[in-house]
Amino acid sequence: MKIVVCIKQVPDTKGGVKFNPDGTLDRASMLAIMNPDDKAGLEAALKLKDADPENTEVTVLTMGLPKAADVLREAIAMGADKGVLVTDRVLGGADTWATSTTIAGALRNIDYDLIITGRQAIDGDTAQVGPQIAEHLGIPVISYAQEIKVEGDKVIVKRQYDDRYHMLEAKMPCLVTALSELGTPRYMTPGGIFDACKAEITTWGRADLKDVEDCNLGLAGSPTKIAKASDKVRKGAGEKVTPDSPDEAVAYIVGKLKDKHVI
Amino acid sequence: MDFTLSKEHEMARTLFKEFAENEVKPLAQEIDENHRFPRETVDKMAKYGFLGIPVPKELGGQGCDPLTYVMCVEEMSKVCGTTGVIVSAHTSLCVDPIQTFGTDEQKKKYLPDLASGKKLGAFGLTEPGAGTDAQGQQTKAVLDGDEWILNGSKCFITNGKEADVYVIFAVTGKIEKRGKMMKEISAFIVEKGTPGFTFGTKENKMGICASSTYELIFTDCRIPKANLLGAQGKGFNIAMHTLDGGRIGIAAQALGIAEGALETTIQYVKERKQFGRAIAAFQNTQFQLADMATKVEAAKLLVYKAAMKKAEYTKNPKVSYSVEAAMAKLCAAEVAMEVTTKCVQLHGGYGYIREYDVERMMRDAKITEIYEGTSEVQRMVISANLLK
Amino acid sequence: MNLEEYKGVFVFAQQVDNEVCGIAYELLGKAKELAQPLNTQVTAVLIGSDVKNLVDNLAEYGADRVIVVDDPELKEYRTEPYAHALSSVINEYKPEIVLVGATAIGRDLGPTVSARVATGLTADCTVLEIGDFPLVAIPGKESEQKHNQLLMTRPAFGGNTIATIACPNNRPQMATVRPGVMQKIEPVKGAKAEVIEYNPGFTPNNKYVEIKEVVKAVSDVKDIMDAKILVSGGRGVGSPENFKILEDLAEALGGQVSCSRAVVDSGWKPKELQVGQTGKTVRPNVYFAIGISGAIQHVAGMEESDIIIAINKDEDAPIFDVADYGVVGDLNKIVPQLTEQIKKAIAEK
Repeated sequence: MKIVVCIKQVPDTKGGVKFNPDGTLDRASMLAIMNPDDKAGLEAALKLKDADPENTEVTVLTMGLPKAADVLREAIAMGADKGVLVTDRVLGGADTWATSTTIAGALRNIDYDLIITGRQAIDGDTAQVGPQIAEHLGIPVISYAQEIKVEGDKVIVKRQYDDRYHMLEAKMPCLVTALSELGTPRYMTPGGIFDACKAEITTWGRADLKDVEDCNLGLAGSPTKIAKASDKVRKGAGEKVTPDSPDEAVAYIVGKLKDKHVI
Repeated sequence: MDFTLSKEHEMARTLFKEFAENEVKPLAQEIDENHRFPRETVDKMAKYGFLGIPVPKELGGQGCDPLTYVMCVEEMSKVCGTTGVIVSAHTSLCVDPIQTFGTDEQKKKYLPDLASGKKLGAFGLTEPGAGTDAQGQQTKAVLDGDEWILNGSKCFITNGKEADVYVIFAVTGKIEKRGKMMKEISAFIVEKGTPGFTFGTKENKMGICASSTYELIFTDCRIPKANLLGAQGKGFNIAMHTLDGGRIGIAAQALGIAEGALETTIQYVKERKQFGRAIAAFQNTQFQLADMATKVEAAKLLVYKAAMKKAEYTKNPKVSYSVEAAMAKLCAAEVAMEVTTKCVQLHGGYGYIREYDVERMMRDAKITEIYEGTSEVQRMVISANLLK
Repeated sequence: MNLEEYKGVFVFAQQVDNEVCGIAYELLGKAKELAQPLNTQVTAVLIGSDVKNLVDNLAEYGADRVIVVDDPELKEYRTEPYAHALSSVINEYKPEIVLVGATAIGRDLGPTVSARVATGLTADCTVLEIGDFPLVAIPGKESEQKHNQLLMTRPAFGGNTIATIACPNNRPQMATVRPGVMQKIEPVKGAKAEVIEYNPGFTPNNKYVEIKEVVKAVSDVKDIMDAKILVSGGRGVGSPENFKILEDLAEALGGQVSCSRAVVDSGWKPKELQVGQTGKTVRPNVYFAIGISGAIQHVAGMEESDIIIAINKDEDAPIFDVADYGVVGDLNKIVPQLTEQIKKAIAEK
């Protein structure tokens, strides 16, 4: 079975976000990491490979700046077989439509049975690129996967909803978007790291994309346009008291609740 | 001369750091308090190949260089000194001598299991009457047909009861050297479970409390003749060579402890307020941090240099890394002790409380000045080289 | 694409088990607001099997017109038949705006449909308004500024930034909208909507997946998004058992307990009680943040609450930056006493 996992390099927002003086995001000062949902998807793919190592090939694909090759190497150090980097100046500034068009154009060059993407990336949180890739490729999509199993030419997925889950079965080729719950990603191994650094990364540019039109790529090909972006303005702090005793603290809160007619 | 880390080493650092933060740090306090060997951590490290980092892939290892191994010990020790020494004793003191001095059969038999972490290794040289002075050995091995019979005991053995494979030194005879009768020492590979091989006292230590430190007892313990490691009578050389490598591991442990204490303290002084401001705002704090960071950096360069020298040795066995290893250990151990002591001081009363990591780090640091050659022995090694 | 052809604000009226989801009403409320300056109608698109009985509910909450796509293939949500239904409606009726709830259904349906009808989609919007793009005309290019555009504002980078996005050259302008953010209108009893039944035909193809099993989460927990008073606990509560003191406080006030992500990650509380960027957005009258440090991801989900009361022993906890009333102190001592005093105060009334 051939699995392609689409991964994205994102700034780590865990420790907060830093800004340049002009209000734009200071990406340089933030750690670049593999997007967590994508990493969970990669883990799911590697588990399928563990179960049948002889007949399973895991390719990781990313679109981004040349330094995004780092996440491909990380994925290879975890156990992926091959890495494909899609990078080109004309692809920059893409929204989800242009991104999914680009990735679909790259995937048309690759043999696949199963495509796994993360549900969403922590920088954009849109959850759109996965389903849109499937739509461009004309294959079924199952989003929000909590479990993935393969039986013959079918993939069986536990699909999460707000108050329930569905067990879904789709014929491959098929695209699945992975939730972090899918599994705690494995670590790299030291030897895997040394191999990954030697591994050849396939690099594709605009010319290598299949069946895509220029008008659907990059900033110019993005239907959505940013009108304004800013650091979020938060409501200011109210009062803060440090009471000497719990009694005093309680009296303070009860007083406020009475003032506001809550009680 | 290039002080930038390669891509490989940067990635390896990220890996070890993440593993240490997620898997090792959460246990550090509990295993210290309960003197509990962290078997679950050993299993996880085994799974990810941390127990065979410098072993070639053909022998089941990761095929990485000594620097990668040093970084592993360093990062584990940043959050837990015990975990650092488990890796170090296993890799430097058991895997390394078998890899360096073992026959092909011995390598094939032992290294794949050791490098994959299926089995854990230990090293037995020290005896009640023979620490730094290896000539004080009392344990004897006598050849009887196809077997060596071991009698005697070893003490303060790291990974003591938890290991599966032990490199043990014993007296196999006497030889004349420069007109003096000297003990002839040989090295052996002994497996756990061999009849006559039992465990004695479990040591109750000041630091690295979760490390399994035991006395090993051999009573008419018969081991196959084939388990002689290296040539008969070469035990002293094997021990000294092994300890050269071990010192790099301990130097990395000491470095990690110092770095861990410093990082924790930098965090603390930014949060802790006295007289209305963070104690980081006081010049005393700032200058102490500056001095500590400088010393830690110096230690790090020595430790990494020793690792690079060992890498050179693996390509060219004529290269000696003995002095570099001794300098790295001497410096890193003393820096670890100084830095952890100062970090406790900067924590004030809290630094003396078990709940705060620096308390444990200061106790853990002390051993690095003692085991695998005290700081005094390191000075002997270094000065002997200067005056030869 | 002739943009002028596209008229009207459409809402995907999500239903599950033949019950309209709250988000559909919220979207109708917003759609009504947006329709005004555009001088147009609000259309609800109702997709399902045997769902015609829901039409009046949608009318009461503001739909002028309801397009019903009713087919047995649409009984349970599946991406393909639903995407086929909604994109066929879009191609047929050419709306200028389509709003979809940012639910586990809408966040699957929205992207699929937007790709199929070849337009842009802005995810998880929290503010929608009609305005100009660019916001300020470029000097000398005043004529190029487009008016009556849908301006979609959404948080990004885990709530650290906000961006306002337009879709000036494609139609429809599509957005998914975060549940709990838009206000539904007071339902107008007896209101009626024009009803259009539309069926594009459903022929299963390779994209149809098979539902082997549907497992509903057994939960009698009320949705925290509906609560007027939330008593929310963080890691500082210390243990799952200790949540009892929060539950007592919630009970005394007739409220509910919710929690931070750390609590869910520790396995102390189920995910459905989680407030924040990766949990739910809540805006109760009173929000107690107890033992919650106030990471930005958490704050993003509760900062719209009317009154925020924080109790934390760490005086530097960021939660105090958003709290209306912050109390530095030990929650274990304060909360039980507070419950007693509140009970007393209520009894006295």
